[in-house]
Amino acid sequence: MPYNEPHPLEVRVLSKRFGIPNSQSIDVYLANEGYQGFERTLKMTPDEVVNEVKASGLRGRGGAGFPTGLKWSFLARSSPKPKYIIVNADESEPGTCKDRLLIEFDPHQLIEGCLIAGRAATSNQGYIYVRGEYRYLIDILNKAIAEAYDQGYLGDDVRGSGWKFHLATHTGAGAYECGEESALLESFEGKRGVPRIRPPFPAVAGAYQSPTILNNVETYCAVPSIFRMGGEEWAKLGSPKNGGTRMFCLSGHINRPGVYELPMGFPLMRMIEEVGGGVRGGKKLKAVIPGGSSCPVLRAEECNINMDFDSVAAAKSMLGSGGVVVMDETTDIVAVALRIMRFYAHESCGWCIPCREGTTWLRKILARVYEGHGMVSDVDLIGELSKNMLGRTFCPLGDAAAMPTIAFVEKFRDEFLAYIKTKPVPAQPDPLLQLAGV
Amino acid sequence: MTFSPELEEKLTGILKVYPPERKRSAVIPMLLYAQDEIGSITRELVEEVARRTGITPLQVDEVVTYYSMLHRKPMGKAHVQICTNISCMLNGGAELWRHASTRMGIGHKEVTADGNISLEEVECMGACSWAPAIQVNYDFYHRMTPEKLDALLTELEGKH
Repeated sequence: MPYNEPHPLEVRVLSKRFGIPNSQSIDVYLANEGYQGFERTLKMTPDEVVNEVKASGLRGRGGAGFPTGLKWSFLARSSPKPKYIIVNADESEPGTCKDRLLIEFDPHQLIEGCLIAGRAATSNQGYIYVRGEYRYLIDILNKAIAEAYDQGYLGDDVRGSGWKFHLATHTGAGAYECGEESALLESFEGKRGVPRIRPPFPAVAGAYQSPTILNNVETYCAVPSIFRMGGEEWAKLGSPKNGGTRMFCLSGHINRPGVYELPMGFPLMRMIEEVGGGVRGGKKLKAVIPGGSSCPVLRAEECNINMDFDSVAAAKSMLGSGGVVVMDETTDIVAVALRIMRFYAHESCGWCIPCREGTTWLRKILARVYEGHGMVSDVDLIGELSKNMLGRTFCPLGDAAAMPTIAFVEKFRDEFLAYIKTKPVPAQPDPLLQLAGV
Repeated sequence: MTFSPELEEKLTGILKVYPPERKRSAVIPMLLYAQDEIGSITRELVEEVARRTGITPLQVDEVVTYYSMLHRKPMGKAHVQICTNISCMLNGGAELWRHASTRMGIGHKEVTADGNISLEEVECMGACSWAPAIQVNYDFYHRMTPEKLDALLTELEGKH
């Protein structure tokens, strides 16, 4: 493994081929159970394919955790329009770096997932929307797609079945917002990545206003093993209502950062202590962001939870995209809150006023607190402004900026107040402030 | 507008993957691949992409101004992108940025006088578990330190 050593507690289903020499090639894929799940679907009806995914308990790995089988069942299959399969490989939630590995080490698993979705949707065309920065992955995917055409897994007559399915890559060009499904579709159609008003949802009017199945890379990558193992067996890998395994990305102040595939419902503290080797430098744990920067922070004492969608939701945060960011006792929460808000202010597409103005003002207020010029009333103002953004935008970016900010000021109020009352003057110009443009 | 034979082949190939009446989908991929060769999004390129995809130059401009990887001014031959987002920040990303900026004497999205190196502070690039990370053009460098960054910058200065 070029990135991190595997851990014995891992349950490697999606990542089982990681580390096999030449794992990107179709020969290695075929020699290691590749395309077997898809072969099964050639004898199944679209409804049977959807029901198998429902039985697996698979929930969307992009962050929302919506049941994948249910999403697929909403597809307007009777529509006379063409049906599309779109892969969201616009991975850009801070803290998340799993889709990159899934494509880098096993591109055929993703292609097989697209084929199975294609069977469920009676689709003849799929596209993989890859963020522009991941150019090398586009090259890997294009090579794998060419191999799949050569071996008859893609083309006008897939494996002699008479079914036509074509697949191509599509590059983005730098925009977090395009990871949101409706903005991704706008971007795919050659426009600015601004969200669409829903309904209609992509299942009815997606790419080119046609019925579309749109999922995250990891979601598609989970599908071949569901059909190899059977949906019910696959479900048992995880916890109730949270089927399967999850690619967790451990980062921050941790001894063994890395991407680890663990069963859904794996305890967070064991993930940090055993899999990740504990907090770096023997320091104490202060806080954890459990699922990417959009998710409310958990204090150390709130971390005795299991990592599945429902358990993390019960702790008033989110499992999100699987990005677990570990912060030790020395972490400056005000700096973290400012950095995260700078990100959202930069990435807001500007379409909805509460998000565009809200993120910009929150960035300015957080910057002045960080700079030592904050007022005591700013702490409440940050919380109030954030709450006014919740639910008032067309896409979840406004919420994604507001939710973690509310948690930071509520859970670490004293740290914000300390900044305001002691007004520390930095010894040298702070790079965070220089870049914040204040 | 004429491109190299390789780019011409790439652009023609890109147009073919979308339905014939949906050429507009090719706008962003065409702009990005063309920028890689030309160095920036020029007026001429905007007009050429508009012509090939059947939309107006204004519709192409709308796209150019939205996406952070599309530049209307040339960046350096080596475009050094330093991530300071959360996982990188916790591992010294902001200090890396300051180090590079001080050494090169340039700021965010600025280019050295010889046009060889440019700097950009970027948002999360999907390397959180191997932070702090930077990208030079499309190549990733993981677990960077000021020393490793210095060695890399020296190499880049010598190369161009």
